[in-house]
Amino acid sequence: MATSMRARLTIPLTARDHVLGPADAPVTLIEYGDFECPYCAAAHVIIKKVLEIMSDQLRFAFRHFPLTQIHPHAESAAEASEAAGAQGQFWEMHDLLFENQPMLDPPHLVAYAQELGLDLKRFVRELEEGVYRQRVREDFLGGVRSGVNGTPAFFINGDRYDGSWDIAPLITALERAASVAEVR
Amino acid sequence: MNTQTNQTENANARSALSAGTRAPDFTLPSTPDQKISLKEFRGSPVILAFYPADWSPVCGDQMSLYNEILPEFKRYGAYLLGISVDGAWCHSAYREHRNLHFSLLADFEPKGEVARQYGVYRKGEGVSERALFVIDGDGVIAWSYVSPIGVNPGADGILNALENLTAKKEKVAHGN
Repeated sequence: MATSMRARLTIPLTARDHVLGPADAPVTLIEYGDFECPYCAAAHVIIKKVLEIMSDQLRFAFRHFPLTQIHPHAESAAEASEAAGAQGQFWEMHDLLFENQPMLDPPHLVAYAQELGLDLKRFVRELEEGVYRQRVREDFLGGVRSGVNGTPAFFINGDRYDGSWDIAPLITALERAASVAEVR
Repeated sequence: MNTQTNQTENANARSALSAGTRAPDFTLPSTPDQKISLKEFRGSPVILAFYPADWSPVCGDQMSLYNEILPEFKRYGAYLLGISVDGAWCHSAYREHRNLHFSLLADFEPKGEVARQYGVYRKGEGVSERALFVIDGDGVIAWSYVSPIGVNPGADGILNALENLTAKKEKVAHGN
């Protein structure tokens, strides 16, 4: 008899994660994403709206899941977001990368860093030295262990969300998770 | 993309060969002019990943995902074999397009014969289930799973099975 599987997040949120929203929000949404994945870029627009609508009811975290064999710039884009994060601008870079998805080659990454006013010397050196490669790989492997099966993958309060991530069904699922969490 | 789970879709979960069963041997084309037999891998774990068809229209499809995770499978000394009823020429084009670094076997003639042996053939559609088998170095199935056909099962189950195999082997090596 084949065994059943239910995908649960295996790596809890910690201080190393990039998080938006209050720590005591009743719902936590975690995305495993790839900056070069067109579906993730589409989801990015939706997540922004959902964050606005849910306001302090929602905490959102982004983890890396670059599919490097089909997306040649996904890994360096992920590392660029970490390099920006090291200078306090992860989310700003995250947004720029998704909003400029067709242009993720190295010169563009540097241009985005410049736009954000980052210390360029440090940014370039850290990318060249692969300072954040391990960190990105850790996110990826943690995702694999949690049952991430493509990008974007979402977890709502620890359960993989296999439904549609259009705005209405996603909000319905988040609100349901919020009410369950509050009953507890 | 994500699909709803359907109870009836998963009928083959019961007929799929289960843990403890000897994995039926087979020989299938891996390219238009090469063949691979399961028994060639004796001594190493093998992951058999049956899937319905090449060319599913998403980014992170199951085979592309496993392609990314290949280094992890290798850490356990395991070999990954993808199997579908597509022909060898179709597999070649698909492998090249997705930059896949593992073999795709053509269960093409007689169609679905190996899928039938493993209990994961869908007669109505003429394709195999999305089914996973982890086979140990002795050729015995250590773990199997049939996913709803529209749901990519990911790799967590495979990695857990490989980890258990390694733990078992170490236990034997230490004599208890």
